Amino acid sequence: MGTRPLPHPSIAAVEAAWSDLRTRVGEEHMRASMMEDAVDDVLPHMVIEPGTPEEVADALKIATGARLKVIPRGGATKMDWGNPPRGGELILSTRRLKRVVEHAWGDMTATVEAGCTFQQLQETLAVHGQRLALDPLWPERATIGGILATNDSGPLRVRFGSLRDLIIGITLALPDGTLAKSGGKVVKNVAGYDLPKLATGSLGTLGIITQAIFRLHPLPRESRTLSLSISDSGNMNALVLAIQDCNMVPTGVQVRAGSAAGPEVDLRFEGTSSGCEAQMEQTLGIASGARRIESPADVWNAHSELWSRAEASVVCKFSLLPADLGTFLDSIVEATESLHLAWRLVAQAVGAGYLRLESKDSGALITVLEALRKKLEARGGSLVILRCPHEIKSKTDVWGSAGDALALMKSIKAQFDPAGVLNPGRFVGGI
Amino acid sequence: MEPRILGQFRAIVGKGLITETSELHTYECDGLTNLRALPQAVLLPTSTSEVQAIVRICQREKIPFVARGSGTGLSGGALPVDKGVVISLARMNRILEVDLPNARVVAEPGVVNADVTQRVAPHGYFFAPDPSSQSVCSIGGNVAENSGGAHCLKYGFTTTHVLALEVVLPDGSIVHLGSRAVDRPGYDLPGIFVGSEGTLGIATKVVLRIVKKPAVIQTLLAAFNSTTEAGAAVSGIIGAGMLPAAIEMMDNLAIQAAEASVHAGYPNCGGLLLVELDGPAAEVEHLMEQVGEICTQCGAWEIRVAQSEAERAVVWKGRKAAFAAMGRISPNYIVQDGVIPRTALPKVLGDIERMSAAEGLRVANVFHAGDGNLHPLVLYDGRIAGQEERAMELSINILRLCVKYGGSITGEHGVGEEKKMMMGEMFAEPDLETMQLVRCAFDPEHLSNPGKVFPRTRLCAERTGPYQPHPLEVAGVAQFF
Repeated sequence: MGTRPLPHPSIAAVEAAWSDLRTRVGEEHMRASMMEDAVDDVLPHMVIEPGTPEEVADALKIATGARLKVIPRGGATKMDWGNPPRGGELILSTRRLKRVVEHAWGDMTATVEAGCTFQQLQETLAVHGQRLALDPLWPERATIGGILATNDSGPLRVRFGSLRDLIIGITLALPDGTLAKSGGKVVKNVAGYDLPKLATGSLGTLGIITQAIFRLHPLPRESRTLSLSISDSGNMNALVLAIQDCNMVPTGVQVRAGSAAGPEVDLRFEGTSSGCEAQMEQTLGIASGARRIESPADVWNAHSELWSRAEASVVCKFSLLPADLGTFLDSIVEATESLHLAWRLVAQAVGAGYLRLESKDSGALITVLEALRKKLEARGGSLVILRCPHEIKSKTDVWGSAGDALALMKSIKAQFDPAGVLNPGRFVGGI
Repeated sequence: MEPRILGQFRAIVGKGLITETSELHTYECDGLTNLRALPQAVLLPTSTSEVQAIVRICQREKIPFVARGSGTGLSGGALPVDKGVVISLARMNRILEVDLPNARVVAEPGVVNADVTQRVAPHGYFFAPDPSSQSVCSIGGNVAENSGGAHCLKYGFTTTHVLALEVVLPDGSIVHLGSRAVDRPGYDLPGIFVGSEGTLGIATKVVLRIVKKPAVIQTLLAAFNSTTEAGAAVSGIIGAGMLPAAIEMMDNLAIQAAEASVHAGYPNCGGLLLVELDGPAAEVEHLMEQVGEICTQCGAWEIRVAQSEAERAVVWKGRKAAFAAMGRISPNYIVQDGVIPRTALPKVLGDIERMSAAEGLRVANVFHAGDGNLHPLVLYDGRIAGQEERAMELSINILRLCVKYGGSITGEHGVGEEKKMMMGEMFAEPDLETMQLVRCAFDPEHLSNPGKVFPRTRLCAERTGPYQPHPLEVAGVAQFF
């Protein structure tokens, strides 16, 4: 591993650390953990909720000093993402860091604390007709820090990119107690290394995000959605590529498909009403072979509907080249048919999406996941298991291959977190 | 340099090894010509394996190296380093693959920026980053500097358009960062590599994203009495919820220079605005009317809208030539690159005017106004004793002003050698130390473009704490279990 396994902390050192933490963040912001605080099969001892970035940094320093492994937590909506941690004594919650520090609406930027929910941020920005152009999962509960740590995104990325294209500044608390800023409050800035991007998607393994700065976009004047039903995967892919190859500017190009229904494509246009209408017309011209259907209610939130826990299921994220979407659908059919697995998928045309597989037979689920991952990775894509029965996590690596850059990633981890206290084992390649 | 090592270099690149002093002078500086240093040798590899072989020798012999593209950088990023060699990627200039269905292009680092667009233009695509030097600057240089350009307000910077890279690390290993598909699991290594100014290794292949050309592009030119009025129009446009492809502003001195140089036909005014809108025809026409109204309300007394490619080229000609045009009105000048929150523009311009008057030096202003990126051009006469120093001082004070208003010391030119001492004005010591952790992971021996970007070099072994990784472990050669 890139980091040396921690020795067991001595009892006296741990007791002293709990006492120091209690003093630093206040008695009322530290408690013993409960069953719902468990992360996979690891139940930490304590949960603390620091109230300032400085408290986060100091708490981390105290924990590191006593060799306590720390699991950062925001809205706790995605705690089951990643491999099971190699241990964890302390949950550090950013729940109390919930301020929108500044909405510089004239400059179209916002500074926000990590524990602020996405919805709270959007409501604040909407006062001045602006938004963070992102549509992550569970916006009412998910926090900015957690969304960043997991690099979550949704349909809007077709037009506005993902978090790496929207974040312009970050404050990170490191295990040694350093509170470091990178980037800034201006959209255009090349001074120093781009740590906002490094932290995005790092699953809390390098430091704890305490604050982030984003570039914003105006709320759309008008929005129109068009849904189409298409005969088969080949025609679906051809349509998606044709839309990308013409000069329209959709803010959503989404594919929905599953074992129970043929592929459907949703398109969204935003802007002036005349612009929206003209593009809708143009789309119908291109999609002459498709059948227009009524868009389901809340169709742009379809990606969050794959997560119900009703049945034994797996939800994974996949990425691929846009031109491989059709053959990927065929691969899913091929892999699931003989094993009688039900599946549903919501994909964005940039080549990222979520796939849900259902079966009580975890062996069959693993067989399908491995077959699909192999096909995707062979073409430069990936498959990451996000939610699954514990049995599956114990048998497979949820991340898949990190390629020949894994050693470099481990070096980065070793520099930022030499003692390996942050989220040990949950990230790619055992980081 | 020892003949033994030169012999080894020659065995790799043959005639692509330059050691003659007269020829080495070509490589003694980049676009920032007041900083010069002669390299020990210049190598011109033609393949990834040649780059790797060169870097392996550098690693073994502890020879620092500086990667160089077209040498158009404006911050001394490609300035040779003491006892080091320059590795020029100019001969690795092939476009290896064009994948239109996925909108990807795979290019070697020496490919010229504009050649990417030229290659895909027949299919209606373009490569969005458009630095003013795009007809000569290289993709590798764009990657190093995270280059922007007039159109990054809407389309983003180089980092937005780089999906993956093949990189030769300073230890001589080859790694692949990112992937052709989005969201590769793991740290965003392309994100950290792009803009690292050659300090983390050498990119030998780059997977670029290309963008479909918009249906319609229109450029509006508006003449105002002052930059304050023009600035108010910019605020009005952004406030109306529009995201133009570009908003550029020039002050009177910059206009005079552009006119003297390329006769762009600009009105002689106090503040000139270029606003470019692109997108679906119905949308652009509707919004352009609004832009015109906003400009008129803010005091514009002449408005022209360029619609054809030829008309647009004329409108842009003066702006794109603005830096070089300064030579027409001043014997010498310093190009500066700072960023401010856009709303601070009137205050900052007022301050620059006062500072300029106090120093008795003229400052011409050209900005990417939409994103607050200023390019003040400090004019001086190098023949007059002391004037160059005063001009330098003034240009640095303008950067300090940017930082004071919450901005940045560089929006697109990079820190390089020129601005590394300014980093401490923008960032606190812990911020800079933390950034350098990345350097320690990629290049613990500081061989790749050493001494640039940061005012002080962090010694990678000095990290205190409970655990220090062994250098072999850092290099991925050995692991602890």
